[in-house]
Amino acid sequence: MLRDMQSTAVVGDFREYHINLYGFGARKVLVTDEEVPYPDGKLIVSRTDTRGIITHCNQSFVEMSGHTREALIGTEHSILRHPDMPGVAFKSLWDDVEAGKIWHGYVKNLRGDGKFYWVYATVIPNVRDGKVVGYTSVRRKPSRTKIRESIALYKQLKAQEGSQWDGPEV
Amino acid sequence: MGWAGGMNMETIYQLTVSPDFTPEHISGWYIYNTWLQRNLGLHFHLEMYDSFDAQREAIRQDKVDLIYANPYDASMLVREKGFRAVVRPIGVADECVIVVPADSPVQKVEDLQPNARVASTDDPDIHLVGMIMLEPADLNADNVQSITVDGYVLVAKALLKGSADVGFFLKDAWDGLSNTVRKQLRPLVTSQISDIQHVLLVGPRLMDSVEDIQGLMLRMPQIEKGAGVLEALGFEGWAEVDHEDTEFMIDLMDTLKAR
Repeated sequence: MLRDMQSTAVVGDFREYHINLYGFGARKVLVTDEEVPYPDGKLIVSRTDTRGIITHCNQSFVEMSGHTREALIGTEHSILRHPDMPGVAFKSLWDDVEAGKIWHGYVKNLRGDGKFYWVYATVIPNVRDGKVVGYTSVRRKPSRTKIRESIALYKQLKAQEGSQWDGPEV
Repeated sequence: MGWAGGMNMETIYQLTVSPDFTPEHISGWYIYNTWLQRNLGLHFHLEMYDSFDAQREAIRQDKVDLIYANPYDASMLVREKGFRAVVRPIGVADECVIVVPADSPVQKVEDLQPNARVASTDDPDIHLVGMIMLEPADLNADNVQSITVDGYVLVAKALLKGSADVGFFLKDAWDGLSNTVRKQLRPLVTSQISDIQHVLLVGPRLMDSVEDIQGLMLRMPQIEKGAGVLEALGFEGWAEVDHEDTEFMIDLMDTLKAR
């Protein structure tokens, strides 16, 4: 079960945001400006059920998330949601995978210690006996060019969204 | 039962091996074929195709009954041809090493430039993973010059001759190069994707023998001469693969193949 982040888990100066997570509600997250580089040569792999609850994850996922495996399994995948990500990106993800399509995108993920990391993610529906039973997400190392383009795009989309939930707590 | 057994002995099934087998293990597959027939009581013909295209054509024509397959082809075998994966080898990994000449100015993948000349074999999973590892340099199939050669020794040769800027190696093949060659080359990055592996798959005509084949492979180290055959293949043994393990690997490969 997803919980609010606690300041004791965060290293260094942080900002507090309340983000609105689809199907869950508001979550308090604490973020710092420190980026953790994507590990060379690795894939970060996780699987969820159809509601977005994590059912499996590989060791790279655990290491990069900054959480323990026990804390991840059974929790909403949106535990990774960073407040700099626009909601519309995840809406397109869910629209695509629920329609049985593959989704690709550049994503800024939030770690348990408030740091962040960028990935290029591909999400695919897991079809068994003709039914979608969950989703597999595989992340790989993105280029800095794509990250720069994504930062600019997401800033613009966030401004357009003007969410009442996202943004520093005043 | 005797009649059915008689039929089985007369039916010749085809065993084939992913064409990326390492040369030192070719004889191992012939020994495996003999051992398998003796212990399973079925008649197999071992067909070693010299290219992935030739092997895929045989699969399309339903000629193949038992295959040690590259993970890249597992999707087609399982979802289009009704094969079932039964075991995977222990002690071998399908990892890819990205290599440049030792004197190359390239120090990390991100230093590679568009139009880079990329040498690789037709080994599909290594090529796929190699191209993924070039993505941080904004390189893709559309902006590199791909040079496909007939083996990993020739990938090394292309780098040494200066006809390629970067090469993809199966890790085992890279490790197997002589010290003299490796000293003239420099690895930039090695993949660490343990979830992608070759698997042994049983075809529709052998579906009645799935459990026998899986059980035999799992007991192989304990059965007479089995350990020696495994050694000749370069495997430590076989591990069980269930239906969901296979589906998961196929989903994973599909995410990597998608563009």
